[in-house]
Amino acid sequence: MMTNPTGKITQGQFSFLPELTDEEIEMQIQYGLDKGFAWSIEYTDDAHPRNTYWEMYGNPMFDLKDAAGVMMEMRECRETFPHHYIRLMAFDSTRGVESITMSFIVNRPPVEPGFTLSRQEIGGRSMRYTTVGVAASKPEGERY
Amino acid sequence: MNKPIENTAITDSKKRYTAGVLKYRQMGYWEPDYEPKDTDVLCLFRITPQEGVDPVEAAAAVAGESSTATWTVVWTDRLTACDSYRAKAYNVQPVPNNPGQYFAWIAYDLILFEEGSIANMTASLIGNVFSFKPLKACRLEDIRIPVAYVKTFKGPPTGLIVERERLDKFGRPLLGATTKPKLGLSGRNYGRVIYEGLKGGLDFMKDDENINSQPFMHWRDRFLYVMDGVNKAQAATGEVKGSYLNVTAANMEEMYERAEFAKELGSVVLMVDLVIGWTAIQSMSNWCRKNDMVMHMHRAGHGTYTRQKTHGVSFRVMAKWLRLAGCDHMHAGTAVGKLEGDPKTVQGFYNVCRESYNKQDLERGLFYDQDWADLNKVMPVASGGIHAGQMHQLIDLFGDDVILQFGGGTIGHPGGIQAGAVANRVALECIVKARNEGKDILNEGPEILRKAAQFCTPLKQALDTWGEISFNYTSTDTSDFVTTASPSN
Repeated sequence: MMTNPTGKITQGQFSFLPELTDEEIEMQIQYGLDKGFAWSIEYTDDAHPRNTYWEMYGNPMFDLKDAAGVMMEMRECRETFPHHYIRLMAFDSTRGVESITMSFIVNRPPVEPGFTLSRQEIGGRSMRYTTVGVAASKPEGERY
Repeated sequence: MNKPIENTAITDSKKRYTAGVLKYRQMGYWEPDYEPKDTDVLCLFRITPQEGVDPVEAAAAVAGESSTATWTVVWTDRLTACDSYRAKAYNVQPVPNNPGQYFAWIAYDLILFEEGSIANMTASLIGNVFSFKPLKACRLEDIRIPVAYVKTFKGPPTGLIVERERLDKFGRPLLGATTKPKLGLSGRNYGRVIYEGLKGGLDFMKDDENINSQPFMHWRDRFLYVMDGVNKAQAATGEVKGSYLNVTAANMEEMYERAEFAKELGSVVLMVDLVIGWTAIQSMSNWCRKNDMVMHMHRAGHGTYTRQKTHGVSFRVMAKWLRLAGCDHMHAGTAVGKLEGDPKTVQGFYNVCRESYNKQDLERGLFYDQDWADLNKVMPVASGGIHAGQMHQLIDLFGDDVILQFGGGTIGHPGGIQAGAVANRVALECIVKARNEGKDILNEGPEILRKAAQFCTPLKQALDTWGEISFNYTSTDTSDFVTTASPSN
């Protein structure tokens, strides 16, 4: 159990709000599609703050212009990985942006074990810090 | 006016270079037919000539004193291609509704400036000319830097796009807070504020501009305790966190030493104050580029240049110079908070930070098109007297690419620092969500916030405490834009 005010990992746009309903998720997807973004689904069982590359649930859906289609893919991903973190990410290919423009979590493990901080004392009062996932030492797929 | 011959450039070389004093316009600094080149640096000055000084002569004098002129004729001009070195005033118009003030448009050839040096550019453009006696006052309102010159600058070491990728934070403004009280906290007490704010939900904490290395807290102590707070909060939330470590110091050697220590401790960001000067800013920018560090710029002291409408340098010019010099964050005003700023004018500053190409936008004080030639974008920072109850106004004014800093609005929360951070983060997320759902946040904002407060006690407390606070003073720095053609001189 994490002790921050939300009790969960706070990555993404909406982690401080009550979990979004499917209707609310679809509205966010539609907003992105209206802006010309391409949606992508990613999942992981290692949500370390510096784990950049979650697994891709297929390529970004560049040609999918229908929020219902993205929702269908997301539900499939949830069924396949019910205990993983799953996030939706929107890509904007506009020159000068060419990056992610939206990102929020749509699925979480039932219990979020969180992280511990490892401190290595070096050179007087200096310290080397490492954030370690509590469940990360277990094999992939058996973490949550 | 009764001797028209004196009012134009003297073309006969012998007459032109006879020893003595000529009017600036006779020396070739006034060229009403001049067509600015794409490669020229263009400046718009607001000048207030002394009583009896002709505005055209005053404009020519500004062109002269900011380029090649001295007070008298010198024969050594004739050893040079002096025509191309002279800046040219090419248009003068009265400022609407401000008697005695004139806009003067001046063009500078590219050869006048050293590549990649803000110090050099400013030494010409705001050098001697600002003390020139025939003018009561002079203000550099705007500048167009040609693409050819822009490309000689490296710009922001990280840029707002890459910063978001590094921090893994997208689609919402970032949240910060400045540690308070500004002065007097010990390192240990200071780190407590950092930890509480970040664990509560902020992305960044911040040193204040005058926190360097005073008797109550030496810099190494601050850095050590702050990074303990940052790393603890990162583990507690699973989110990348940062705290702007202010490395401002008396000399470059000391600043480099502090920056190296910040890097060793794993900080993602460091901070400098504007008062360190352009050369130091460019040096620190190089250091940050080499060391994967985000550079936060606190514009301490800018008010001495920017605040008075008749004299100094507009912040939009400072913002352009800072983007070229290379910082990743820049304080650019709040419009709704306790510090100076007309909303449209402030939006103009934000556009300078964030757009690839600024179109002329007189209402927002942007007098020129400015092509940024793919130079990285700067993340503007809104800081000073803002609180959660204004979230809808802030997001409506500034969009997603901004850092909203609530110092008092976090630390002064009745439920404590973590509660203050939660209130701000919940307010932020619920307004972003509502906007994306198509709601009219400017009008429905207060209701959206109140609704969110039903599931979030800290937000309710924040709204109850500060909901009615606003700073409605008249702004001193509005754009005197020309809506219709005004009489030319």
